[in-house]
Amino acid sequence: MKQKVATSVNGRRHEHEVEPRLLLVHYLRDNLGLTGTHIGCDTSQCGACTILVDGKAVKSCTMFALQAEGKDLTTIEGMARDGQLHPIQQAFWDEHGLQCGYCTPGFIMAAAYLLSQNPNPTEDEIRKGLEGNLCRCTGYVNIIKAVQTAAKTMSGTQAKKTTVAAGGS
Amino acid sequence: MAVTQLVGAKIHRREDPRLITGHGHYIDDFARQGTAYAAFVRSPHAHARIKRIDVTDASKAPGVVGVYTARDFKGQLAGTHPAAPAFVADKKYIPERFPIAEKEVCYQGEIVAVVLADTKGQASDAANMIQVDYAELPAVMDLEKALEDGSPKAHEGGPDNVCWDLTYTGPEVTEAAFQEADTVVKQRILQNRLAPVPMEPRGVMAEYEGFDKKLTIWMSSQNPHFIRLFVSGAMGLKESQVRVISPDVGGGFGSKISPYPEDYLVPSLSRIADRPVKWIETRTESIQNATHGRGQFYDVEVAAKKDGTLLGMRVTQFLDVGAYCGTFSAFQACACLMAGGAYKWKGISARTIGILTNRVPTDPYRGAGRPEATHLVERMVDLVAGELKMDPVDIRKKNFIQPGDFPYTQNFGLVVDSGDYEKSLDVALKLAGYDELRKKQAEGRKQGKYIGIGLSTWIELCGFGPSAATAPATGGIALVESAQVRVVPTGSVLVYTGTHAHGQGHETTFSQIVADQLGIPIENIEIRHGDTAEGTSFGYGTYGSRSLAVGGVAVSKAVGKVIDKGKKLAAHMLEAAEEDVVYENGSFHVKGSPDKAKAFGEVAFASYGMSLPEGMEQGLEAVAYFDPPNLVWPFGAHIAMVEVDAETGDAQLQKYVAVDDCGNIINPMIVDGQIHGGVAQAIAQALYEEVVYDNETGQLKTGTLLDYNIPGMGEIPIMELDHTVTPSPTNDLGVKGIGEAGTIAASAAVINAVCDALSPLGIKHVDMPASPDRLWKQMKEARQ
Repeated sequence: MKQKVATSVNGRRHEHEVEPRLLLVHYLRDNLGLTGTHIGCDTSQCGACTILVDGKAVKSCTMFALQAEGKDLTTIEGMARDGQLHPIQQAFWDEHGLQCGYCTPGFIMAAAYLLSQNPNPTEDEIRKGLEGNLCRCTGYVNIIKAVQTAAKTMSGTQAKKTTVAAGGS
Repeated sequence: MAVTQLVGAKIHRREDPRLITGHGHYIDDFARQGTAYAAFVRSPHAHARIKRIDVTDASKAPGVVGVYTARDFKGQLAGTHPAAPAFVADKKYIPERFPIAEKEVCYQGEIVAVVLADTKGQASDAANMIQVDYAELPAVMDLEKALEDGSPKAHEGGPDNVCWDLTYTGPEVTEAAFQEADTVVKQRILQNRLAPVPMEPRGVMAEYEGFDKKLTIWMSSQNPHFIRLFVSGAMGLKESQVRVISPDVGGGFGSKISPYPEDYLVPSLSRIADRPVKWIETRTESIQNATHGRGQFYDVEVAAKKDGTLLGMRVTQFLDVGAYCGTFSAFQACACLMAGGAYKWKGISARTIGILTNRVPTDPYRGAGRPEATHLVERMVDLVAGELKMDPVDIRKKNFIQPGDFPYTQNFGLVVDSGDYEKSLDVALKLAGYDELRKKQAEGRKQGKYIGIGLSTWIELCGFGPSAATAPATGGIALVESAQVRVVPTGSVLVYTGTHAHGQGHETTFSQIVADQLGIPIENIEIRHGDTAEGTSFGYGTYGSRSLAVGGVAVSKAVGKVIDKGKKLAAHMLEAAEEDVVYENGSFHVKGSPDKAKAFGEVAFASYGMSLPEGMEQGLEAVAYFDPPNLVWPFGAHIAMVEVDAETGDAQLQKYVAVDDCGNIINPMIVDGQIHGGVAQAIAQALYEEVVYDNETGQLKTGTLLDYNIPGMGEIPIMELDHTVTPSPTNDLGVKGIGEAGTIAASAAVINAVCDALSPLGIKHVDMPASPDRLWKQMKEARQ
């Protein structure tokens, strides 16, 4: 009953025989070992499993692995390039946009899609753009700041420095 | 002074690089060769007798390793679920609890069978094939009816539904106050039942190695050492044979403190099946089975003089214990002891009643007892102010415990260490522009808008805690904290702490403390926690805003011991008297001769060599335990502005100001983050969340995140924060906890604002959650 699925994940080709009922999120985590994509609910509410499918934010629990045939996927592991954090990752770090970190990969991926569609979102547009993701730690305040900071960095303007990277950086 | 001053600075979190790149390690990221997966069969009924369990089909299903029911665990697990004395030493009735039900199920979700299979899918498929015949029993759902004579019982064989009934102080202590009163205000105040909902559900993986009789448990826990204690005892293993590893924890909020049935069953299954076993909770399992918080109501009466002087309070707490007494369920009774809040009272009468029902057990959830206390006292103070036509600011200022009163012994004998309540309120009023807000409100009212402003001048007690208070509360083990500091030969430092973070950033803040104290770069310090095989023999976990105020101080003490030993060795190396050697900026030198010095690294290396002083052992490491002399007492003032839609009853937060005082601050960025998240969870309680069961059948109606409404990005406003700093006099760092403060403070501010908004309609009190549905009905009634 297993069927073949071929995808590109973070620029690498993968081919596997999988059960038709296998969800994409389980494929990424269990078959490819990409455990940065998390599972936080059973009903597609929380967005912890958000990835990019052909550049669009998708909750990977809402797709079967087989539906990813021929698609180009990006997960959180594919965001940093050549040891350089993606500006959105950097902004989450700078603005304390995470605490326990469990929802964070999903938020970063959803923010990546939002900023690809709207490089300079207002606070309201950020709230609407990320309403499909839930966080229980931050009260969202610093996530909004992080997305604003990332937008500034990515559009080339100088992001405001709010933290001193004295340690751990 | 150290070379760098990191304490007090906004340092980037050291745990973040792995978490923002997908390299964190949460429980579901772990795997062992040959793992079998567990799927649990749970009761669909709130209360029923189990007549028969048929596992025939399931046993034959593909990939199934075995199907197990209660009798399979009889020789494997002993004892009952631990229920600590906490704030109620003598309980009336604690129902026996085995991790898997045999004859009777007492809440929806209680485990009746478990399947082990080669894959998750196979386990779950086979679990669906198990047939259980139940005979339904009446479900006990209503707290007041549960106390009536002849009420059905939550447990068939139980004497009644009273888990505890304790009067801390009788009505006699408030008799004088109520006689003297010009006005008495009464109110019943509900505390909606809440699900903690950490974004990462629970999970357990266990590997029992039969030959060596060694058990390793990986699990998402706030409290790995206590799990080791409980599980080893139940499984008949020595505590030393069990290792519990709690890796990155994706939030806890209290729901990952106490042991759960799965924490016993999964290790036990590994022993039975002789292979590693893994189970990861689904979200529905989590909302259904992870302990809930709150679930109470209070009957409160307050006596006051007409000038606004508060005199006396009478409070009775009715607490829904759920089907079994949670490990720290009775901690929530501290709401009674904290009911006086920031104010002076002549007397407070308090009684707590813990009531058994057929719901999942309640246990501490962020704040645990203190949010309830704040909510009730802040609501009552506003009700008195309303009665006397006083401004809520004035009545608070009139009754505050004053700065000169500290240390202040409150009505229940607890000693409040320090505070300046008026100061934090003044800062908050200024930050909020209180007078302007009142003007806006007056203008809005003219246009028919329902705008309200609410205050919460909250206090709490945290940092559990002093051995004299906590050892009796746990049944023997004092909730002190331990730390071990190990300086390896080349001078880098490993710090082991018995606390365990689940988002609080201890790897950062504890490093800041150590880096300053040792005067070495933060990069040379590594903080380790969450693994019982490392560090000190016992750690006490993270809850009750204790990690910094107890654990951080233990770390600092252990570092102090390392420096003391280093001084002895350095004196020997420098051929100086020990008392002439000082430690500054990462080096030991002779007082007045900074050139005669040995760097920290040199001394560390020398400590592993030869020619040590007479009687000195090799190595540079130390263990310290900190037994705090008192709890710590943070406080602050929050102000919310709310507009309630006249047509729909939808309450929208227009402004939120929080001024908090947690003593000295190690990392202001992290403190603000804790406030943001805490406030958000209290806004959630005030406006959005409630675990709802059907009142007749006991069926959970809010079992997914579709129905259980945790707020999203659209619901939580940007908050304006500030701080006052009143160091705690009871620890060397001068710190107090901040992890729960936001949750303790904010529900009262929001609901006081909602009540203020609706006061033109004559509405005095609103219960939580103040959902559009509830407010619309209440407004409609008021208009008739």
